[in-house]
Amino acid sequence: MKYIDEFRDKGLARRLAETIAAEAHPGRDYRLMEFCGGHTHAIFRYGVQHLMPPNLSFIHGPGCPVCVLPMARIDHAIALATQHDVTLCTYGDLMRVPASERKSLLKAKADGADIRMIYSTQDVLRIARENPDRQVVFFAIGFETTTPPTAVAVKTARAEGLTNFSVFCNHVLTPSALQTILSTAGPDGVQLDGILGPSHVSTLIGSRPYRFVAEQFGVPVVIAGFEPLDVMQSALMLVRQLNDGRCEVENQYTRAVSEEGNRKAQALIDEVFRIRPEFEWRGLGFLPNSALALDDAYADLDAEERFPVEFAPAKEIKGCECPAILRGVKTPTDCKLFGNPCTPDNPMGSCMVSSEGACAAYWSYGRFRAASLQPKVESRS
Amino acid sequence: MCLAIPARITSIDVAADTAKVALGSVGKEISLALIEDAAVGDYVLIHVGYALNKISEEEAQRTLEMIAQMGLLADEQELVPEPTSTVTGPGGQR
Ligand code: SF4
Repeated sequence: MKYIDEFRDKGLARRLAETIAAEAHPGRDYRLMEFCGGHTHAIFRYGVQHLMPPNLSFIHGPGCPVCVLPMARIDHAIALATQHDVTLCTYGDLMRVPASERKSLLKAKADGADIRMIYSTQDVLRIARENPDRQVVFFAIGFETTTPPTAVAVKTARAEGLTNFSVFCNHVLTPSALQTILSTAGPDGVQLDGILGPSHVSTLIGSRPYRFVAEQFGVPVVIAGFEPLDVMQSALMLVRQLNDGRCEVENQYTRAVSEEGNRKAQALIDEVFRIRPEFEWRGLGFLPNSALALDDAYADLDAEERFPVEFAPAKEIKGCECPAILRGVKTPTDCKLFGNPCTPDNPMGSCMVSSEGACAAYWSYGRFRAASLQPKVESRS
Repeated sequence: MCLAIPARITSIDVAADTAKVALGSVGKEISLALIEDAAVGDYVLIHVGYALNKISEEEAQRTLEMIAQMGLLADEQELVPEPTSTVTGPGGQR
């Protein structure tokens, strides 16, 4: 496939690995946080960590929107579907994420709620058009990548005068999560030397919004594509910045990311959304200015306004270390539930559900599976 | 969740602001609402049914050349890419 296979070339990967090993100074550590779950996935799938010298490590960040969604928002969505008998539509990634009392959207659906998996916001609009007698709510989630398609749906619904469409909005903003991670980095938090910046988020917002990382926190950033050669080249670019004592925002993923990003999509986001004063992130807590809600001009399409719900405070699953993993201070194997009982077939936390979650990546690519795990645990590799 | 896949535009419906793209051997309809000046033959990044951005052929080429140059230990001959495989993983599929 064009633009995929070329960036998975084994020979080039081997030589990049040799270069990184030759240039990394043996006396220092290179702790690179990959912000995006897409990078985590690539690093595990292609065994990139094993090609790196021992003093270069990847730390998994909070860049998986499914993983950082707090349980309370899924409880809220389930309450919305069950208390108001609406048709709730959402992306497949969310269906199995555990909510309180080991519920999930999938379980609520099995129990009779009208919950549907969609691929695109265009599907939600179609469902709303075809079912004028039912209220159709889009459970919207995602970083800046997934936000503009929601904006398009909102504008289309308004233009068509669809009165049975609304949005339960959970769109979150990448830079504020980075800001939080960096503010708590250091002796008590995660130790970071560089950041692999988001790929597809950056196609939308551009590379410019990451300048504060270099300027304010003195941490170099390389916007990195998701293919293995992209990740490796970006790691080398970070090693070179660190060796030279430079601290810049560099862009490795120039084939899709520009400095200013996709202006048309940004204008849509600005028009349809406003910034929430604060929003809860799993693992990071309530972060100011870190998420979006529908702008006042579209408040009538806001499902939170249209369908007020009541639900008990969320109950986290005891022992699940997702919050610490999302902050980069623990790894999945630090979790006592990892592998037994928590597996992708029986996820206890969000990091095991999404294929971009650190726990799912650790488990699915098996390289870190402890030999001591119970034999009854099914192998997936 | 944020993954996107490159695909080539095979036809455009200007009135509907949509395009057909080739994803391997499958055709798929996507929205062009988020990009400007899309043309048949362009490669775009597809995410949840929308083209997010165009992919620049020159930049892709330049990146591959840079990667090749970065492999300092490489000898010239080895720089010819290995035959491409047809495997696409979950990393590229969603
Ligand atoms: S292994 Fe499961 S329970 Fe443990 S942190 Fe990961 S998702 Fe949570």
